[in-house]
Amino acid sequence: MFKILRKEELSDLVILFEIETRDIARKARAGNFFVLRINEQGERIPLTIADFDRDRGTITTVFQKMGKTTHHLGTLNEGDYIMDVIGPLGMHSHIENFGKVICVGGGVGIAPTFPIARALKEAGNTVISITGARTRELIFWEDKMRSVSDELIIVTDDGSYGQKAVVTTPLDVILRENKDIRLVYAIGPAIMMKFVCVTTEKYNAKTVVSLNSIMVDATGMCGACRVEVGGETRFACVDGPEFDGHKVDFNLLMSRQRMYTEEEKVAMELYREKSGNN
Amino acid sequence: MEDKRAEKKPKNRVRMREQEPLARAKNFMEVPYGYTPEEAKKEASRCLSCLKPSCRSGCPVSVDIPSFIKLINEGRFIEAAWKIKEDNAMPAVCGRVCPQEIQCESLCILGKKGETVAIGNLERFVADYERDNSAVEIPEKPKPTGRKVAVIGSGPGGLSCAADLIKSGHEVTLFEALHKAGGVLVYGIPEFRLPKEIVEKEVDYIRRLGVDLVANALIGKLFTIDELLTERGYDACFIATGAGLPDFLGIPGENLNGIYSANEFLTRANLMKAYLFPEYDTPIKRGRKVAVFGGGNVAMDAARVALRLGAEKVYLIYRRSESEMPARKAEIHHAHEEGIDFMLLRNPLRFIDDGKGNIAAVECIKMELGEPDESGRRKPIPVKGSEFSLEIDVAIPAIGTRPNPLLTRNVPGLLLNKKGYIIADYETGMTSKQGVFAGGDIITGSATVILAMGAGRRAAKAINDYLKWKYWDTTKLQGSG
Repeated sequence: MFKILRKEELSDLVILFEIETRDIARKARAGNFFVLRINEQGERIPLTIADFDRDRGTITTVFQKMGKTTHHLGTLNEGDYIMDVIGPLGMHSHIENFGKVICVGGGVGIAPTFPIARALKEAGNTVISITGARTRELIFWEDKMRSVSDELIIVTDDGSYGQKAVVTTPLDVILRENKDIRLVYAIGPAIMMKFVCVTTEKYNAKTVVSLNSIMVDATGMCGACRVEVGGETRFACVDGPEFDGHKVDFNLLMSRQRMYTEEEKVAMELYREKSGNN
Repeated sequence: MEDKRAEKKPKNRVRMREQEPLARAKNFMEVPYGYTPEEAKKEASRCLSCLKPSCRSGCPVSVDIPSFIKLINEGRFIEAAWKIKEDNAMPAVCGRVCPQEIQCESLCILGKKGETVAIGNLERFVADYERDNSAVEIPEKPKPTGRKVAVIGSGPGGLSCAADLIKSGHEVTLFEALHKAGGVLVYGIPEFRLPKEIVEKEVDYIRRLGVDLVANALIGKLFTIDELLTERGYDACFIATGAGLPDFLGIPGENLNGIYSANEFLTRANLMKAYLFPEYDTPIKRGRKVAVFGGGNVAMDAARVALRLGAEKVYLIYRRSESEMPARKAEIHHAHEEGIDFMLLRNPLRFIDDGKGNIAAVECIKMELGEPDESGRRKPIPVKGSEFSLEIDVAIPAIGTRPNPLLTRNVPGLLLNKKGYIIADYETGMTSKQGVFAGGDIITGSATVILAMGAGRRAAKAINDYLKWKYWDTTKLQGSG
């Protein structure tokens, strides 16, 4: 059992948990993720590690209420326990002093971008960060991102905060004006990562994306998370989750993410009926 | 002389009563009901008590088969269970999943003139009898040796190794990466073949012996082997992480929605209880027409699970003929009875989509058998122009696994073979790294529950010796798999 030490509601839909798990905190690095299962009936879902505190023995995650499991998770409070937490999973980010880099975080993808930007900054890089979301209330961690970035650009789809744009608009401008961008990191919805890659490809800027495929065991055993990278089948859980974005088949990723749309609806409706909230 | 005595015995074994095929194909309850005490005694009485019994030598863990059968014959069922447990910590499991027909039973003298003694059925009976009658005994705790051993992986190999080590007085931690212990016994083998309650009781027994079970601990990530051996204070490790990553067919369209590795399909159904969705949260595609590829136990399990999830039609597509199938005879028989459509000498060429990213059909080709290949089995060769297409909405390749690199890539000094399996001394489990033992599928490639248990037991013995003498012998390392 793993205790939730801190809960922060970053918006109506976006929740932050700081979870007590000393062993995972000791080993977690930027780019890792973990899996949790709420209770005996629960499914195993992968979530990103948005931060870790080795002294406090905690990991932090940020998730958006989407389906049944994340809605249920959102009802848990400080002091509550999660039955299973497994990690750290996936290969951690490759960090070195590349020079000048861009970190793009979209939606809840802002959260896992933070430890990567921090590590890149600590390694001596000049970090330009772009943070985007649909609307103002879904933007979070502005201060944290600013603290690890030389420059921070915020965009919202509806213009309620920062520039009215999608992340690729400022990205394109920066790439055009800076020929010395060595690396772009992009984490967010698949569609966002896809268009970030379309943009960076024009400038031949190496781009790393973190793929959020459906997983079950997340230790390589099942292959639910398979993705195609450079025409080859890879497992996001053990070979990734980070891959060269220019080689990823995003259409396949998006198609596979939709595999259980019907089942998710059924589960969500049943959950709403049972919990009596909409 | 034994042949003469055999003539007086009934030629046929006592059948285990089973659920009717059509009824059981719609539920997840266990297929056979098991023997009653009377049936068990009747079957045990068929044993000739040979002076030189060969059955025992066919058992990978050398269970004293004649003695336990004699005890059944005398109605001393609980003592019979204890007799098995001297060599095998999990008789309720092995009675159900061992391929007895190629092990102990294949050597039974009765087989020359009729049916062999149903050793597996009898093993299962006494184990169930002991459990149902709450007579499970916990042996007295031995004197602590002060030594600490880490066992990595709680499948059959890890469980049996841990059980033996704890009985020797060592402190034993059993690490499991999943949330539940049992390895393939919980994620792979379905409920109708091995009820999970039985596995839980076996695991509970090992815990009551004093083994410290730590779930959700992915060694290689959470702690490395070196950390276990240094800062965590373990004197030795046994790696029993099992068969790792599922192989796919390597044909076009393999990543379409609706195509599962057998590992994933079975893990969803068994470990995550997706057959109870939405009561349980993990979903699974309930195919109308399902194709399973392969001829092993895992393929049979996947096909029969698909049927129980409501499929109208389940094809089992295998590139050789039935006699080359590696599955247990009982599973093949049960699959036939339940109406699985065996499409033998067929091989898939590509998967065809429905235009929306889902599987819609598989194109296959007919095969014929040619000369024997390196496995000794006749090699299947495609028949030109025999392509045909099958409409399906779920496909499940069950064609084997590759080693999982998660643990092994973080162990400096541990030698692996070209395929990535750990190189070890088959007898002792000793690897190239002092203090690190390995056994089961991670050294041999996919095999059976009982072979993994045998490896676990041999390693436990070798670990005992090592902890005493600190002697490390790497002259007999062998790469296999």
